[in-house]
Amino acid sequence: MRIVAEHLSYVYNPKSPFETAALKDVSLTIEEGEFFGIIGHTGSGKSTFVQHLNGLIRLPSSLRRYKKKKPKKGEIPPPETVLRVGEFDLTDKKTDFRALRKSVGMVFQYPEYQLFAETVRDDVAFGLKNFSAEKLSDEQIDAAVRAALEVVGLDYGEMKDKSPFDLSGGQKRRVAIAGVIVTRPEVLVLDEPAAGLDPLGKKEVMELLHKLHREWCKTVVVVSHDMDEISENCTKAAVFSEGSVRYVLPPKELFRHADELTALGLDVPLTAKLCTALAKRGVEIDCDFTTEDFIGKVLAYWAAHGGRKGDNA
Amino acid sequence: MKAIEFENVTFRYEEDSPFVIQKLNFSVEEGEFVAVLGHNGSGKSTLARLSNGLLVPDAGAVRVFGVTLSDETMFEARKNVGVVFQNPDNQTVATIVEDDVAFGAENVGLPREEIGKRIDFALRAVGMQDYRNATVARLSGGQKQRIAIAGVLALKPRVVILDESTAMLDPRGRREIVDVVTRLNKEEGITVVLITHFMEEALLADRAVVMNRGEIVMQGKPAEIFERQEELLTYNLALPRIGVICNSLRAAGMPVENTLDAEVLAEEIAKCV
Repeated sequence: MRIVAEHLSYVYNPKSPFETAALKDVSLTIEEGEFFGIIGHTGSGKSTFVQHLNGLIRLPSSLRRYKKKKPKKGEIPPPETVLRVGEFDLTDKKTDFRALRKSVGMVFQYPEYQLFAETVRDDVAFGLKNFSAEKLSDEQIDAAVRAALEVVGLDYGEMKDKSPFDLSGGQKRRVAIAGVIVTRPEVLVLDEPAAGLDPLGKKEVMELLHKLHREWCKTVVVVSHDMDEISENCTKAAVFSEGSVRYVLPPKELFRHADELTALGLDVPLTAKLCTALAKRGVEIDCDFTTEDFIGKVLAYWAAHGGRKGDNA
Repeated sequence: MKAIEFENVTFRYEEDSPFVIQKLNFSVEEGEFVAVLGHNGSGKSTLARLSNGLLVPDAGAVRVFGVTLSDETMFEARKNVGVVFQNPDNQTVATIVEDDVAFGAENVGLPREEIGKRIDFALRAVGMQDYRNATVARLSGGQKQRIAIAGVLALKPRVVILDESTAMLDPRGRREIVDVVTRLNKEEGITVVLITHFMEEALLADRAVVMNRGEIVMQGKPAEIFERQEELLTYNLALPRIGVICNSLRAAGMPVENTLDAEVLAEEIAKCV
């Protein structure tokens, strides 16, 4: 499913002293099959944007609220807001939002705080039962829950009767993700999926997302603060700042704008920092900003400029 | 003087569960800035909770400024050792910033004028003096965490323990907290124990301690610890990315010095080519 947003705006607490424009005329397309990163610091509008994608923020009602006045003669009418996820037109209030939510899975920050059921099986099955149009048999539910738990790397037999609250932090997060992907969404959106984990836990979650991207959900959208995470994993990334999209580029090109990103108050990956610092010293390293590529390119540059013999230079 | 001292401390959460900490010996000197690293479940949060009597050891003794923690001495010790936890939203009790900062100080029964002075001091120490009458719920995560630190500072503790207090913050919030605790340590002379899994934060400490299965397995200057990459990996700790790059370049024979500073590494690389 292709995600298309055009001229999307959103205001929190309109007509009150706390009025904040969270999105200002945002246009952004996410192609099917992308491992898409969304970057921006707190308050940049990135969460507001992703909440539109499965109708948590209902566009029809927010559009109605700002029903625009008819343009006077000779005035150019304001551009139409467009928001489509695959076949779903999210500006239309007749859209089947239930079907939409089944196709667009949303994993919030710290999803383990949302576990609630008595057993892991019931917790994972909850969304499945809610979203399916007809009543599912126990066998169907078991099969779906088993598949979802196994893809996130948990053993069904061992886990199904456990209380989700007796699990370790990493396991809880996996169960919570299983509870979202169990409906087999085509698009999976995750808000800071690796936040609060230790380095090993982070690595495991990112590996899990790549596995899901290969085997389970066509498109993965990750909201992240961690630029290293973006540069190592994403095919493309959008940078949000103060409610607008500033860049939509593959990381390889995005992090060439290191100075502009820093000016927006954002971090850049370590590799980009090193490239900038090296360029200042006359050493141009042209890499795709993954750690591996950077090391390779530096060693190649070294070999081309004297290599080991350079030791005494 | 030792601010915190663990002597052969053993602890488990329930009687039939495995020991989280076994015969641990550990101490922090007054005025020191110590970073404690370890993967999830290594016992580092238990260490924090044992340090001010939130948990009581099954065997051994915990001493705070020479006084052994017991039911009688615990409350006095808590005035000396403040702990800031992970989730900013779980640590605020009042709706207005100054009420929240005053909460601990009110609880220990300080006179009203003194509480006012302490709020001034604490908010200034964390750089939040302009937010005295702000609504807590409208602050950012980093700001809330600074308010939580201010609430602890209002008790004028000699030791502040941060138990993964930066884990839920964005990079900007994380920098705010690290700046505040570094300043408290250098300028106010407060002893700081920073529990974290962000290696970059540990760099600022005088000493880094690595925990694994309830034991201290490595300790020393942060830069020295990070040179021992193989060993860190066995404790499920990943090296900061810059350490990985340094080590890979060195392994390929490039004569760069080990460093965790991007500018220094760039200089080192530039020297070679």
